Amino acid sequence: MSATMSSLLYLVSGVLFILALRGLSSPETARRGNRFGMAGMLIAVTTTLALPQVESYGLIVLAITIGGGIGTVLALRIQMTALPQLVAAFHSLVGLAACFVATAAYFNPEAYGIGARGAISMGSLIEMGLGLAIGAITFTGSIIAFGKLQGIVSGKPVTFTGQHMLNLVIGLGLLAAIAMLVMTNDDALFWAIFAAALVLGILIIIPIGGADMPVVVSMLNSYSGWAACGIGFTLGNPLLIITGALVGASGAILSYIMCKGMNRSFFNVILGGFGGDDAVAAASSSDGDKTVKQGSAEDAAFIMENADSVVIVPGYGMAVAQAQHALREMGDMLKARGVTVRYAIHPVAGRMPGHMNVLLAEANVPYEDVLELEEINRDFAQTDVAFVIGANDVTNPAAKTDPSSPIYGMPILDVELAKTVLFIKRSMASGYAGVQNDVFFRDNTMMLFGDAKKMCEEVVQSLD
Amino acid sequence: MSLTDTSQKAVDMAVHTGIDPLLFGITVLVLACFIGYYVVWSVTPALHSPLMGVTNAISSVIVVGALIAAGPAESNFAQIMGFLAVILASVNIFGGFIVTERMLAMFKGKKKGAGK
Repeated sequence: MSATMSSLLYLVSGVLFILALRGLSSPETARRGNRFGMAGMLIAVTTTLALPQVESYGLIVLAITIGGGIGTVLALRIQMTALPQLVAAFHSLVGLAACFVATAAYFNPEAYGIGARGAISMGSLIEMGLGLAIGAITFTGSIIAFGKLQGIVSGKPVTFTGQHMLNLVIGLGLLAAIAMLVMTNDDALFWAIFAAALVLGILIIIPIGGADMPVVVSMLNSYSGWAACGIGFTLGNPLLIITGALVGASGAILSYIMCKGMNRSFFNVILGGFGGDDAVAAASSSDGDKTVKQGSAEDAAFIMENADSVVIVPGYGMAVAQAQHALREMGDMLKARGVTVRYAIHPVAGRMPGHMNVLLAEANVPYEDVLELEEINRDFAQTDVAFVIGANDVTNPAAKTDPSSPIYGMPILDVELAKTVLFIKRSMASGYAGVQNDVFFRDNTMMLFGDAKKMCEEVVQSLD
Repeated sequence: MSLTDTSQKAVDMAVHTGIDPLLFGITVLVLACFIGYYVVWSVTPALHSPLMGVTNAISSVIVVGALIAAGPAESNFAQIMGFLAVILASVNIFGGFIVTERMLAMFKGKKKGAGK
């Protein structure tokens, strides 16, 4: 295949990727978009296979079969509640693949037309070094994120003195090593960059707490894009640059949306340490004499049955308890009794952007009933019942009233304005931010203590 | 090399090879960032998880580089690296697109949702 032809096909592939993202602007066009993405990838792979320098088809088919088989099985088996872990695991693979490609380019530059072994052009070495470093950081960083989401690594922030200084030193060391690599073409430096970036990936993720993982997963998503971009420059392939930039922009925007949803700066999240023990200790000292009103599933069923409108506020706890199906059943029964049932999603609910929407969709909740914070917040004052299930910090009015609170300024769902608040919780423990939630102690709040799924099932039984 | 030679060489380069490849790459990068910015902001928040799934799949387009590395008929260290990279990227391509497809298949509106 001629170079002109392959360049044109790569361009088609890039356009299809853009259309794949564009399709996600609405659930109606999203599946067609995903097909565009698949077609784009198919064109990119076939075009590359038709290049004259690609000859070892047996080996390549073997690799695609192994990888494709593993990927297919993982994607078909994974539970929707475990999506964040899966995405983190996938990011780590992109990172490692980028490292391998950079390594291959470094040890066999002739294949890519970027010079000879030991005499690679300066520009290519810079791009290769950056691609390698970002790829390695993405790889180990995503593994730590995966561990925290899966519960293998403690979700608590791991902090030590001089942590940020150490990261800074390693980061600057990396840049210096890349500069020296450009001047000397020394293999030892190449491996040193690889190793240092692997360590840095671990160090920058360990201080970040479990509930901040949505930001981390988005950020690593962005990194995997920039790594692809770096490799694209090395290979002089515009398709990789285009795709890398799309993915990089997507991850960056998602991180920004998540940070805004918590009213914290990106640096505040990345530097980590949030939700540590100090905050918990400070919060638990001030609530000795307040009392809560406790109710049963029958009470909850009675209140909701006689309401005109119910807004359900799901959070990560719903995912942990796998309560989405029982919750939808409850919603259906209420609807059958003429109650208006809607769902309110906070931007940072769950462990990845849009996590709650996917779980509710899995339980067959029509997407028209699922509303974002800005769409629904004004309606709480006219709502009879707010039903909070597995969420906590995102409903805490301290974010509006208490400037000393760690979550002050965070946009919250105004559940306390509803006539009655039903709050499912396993215990009185505070949420991730370590802040006590005033909503628990209000006169119009009834606490429903128990497992989210069990509680929904009991409400369903009472409604029957 | 005289000054005329140098400038002649520069003219030759400009005529025969077009613009500097790095500059070309940067042009593509900057324009793609703008497209990415506008396209991603238009994604509805309800579909942010599928967005991560699909970006994860397409970022595996580095498989292009991996295939070139794995391509040569003769075996060497670079080829082994390429082979491994093709495996990893394939996990992502298949896994990313399939998991996105699974997620999107669940998003149903009221009409279709009632039928199921």
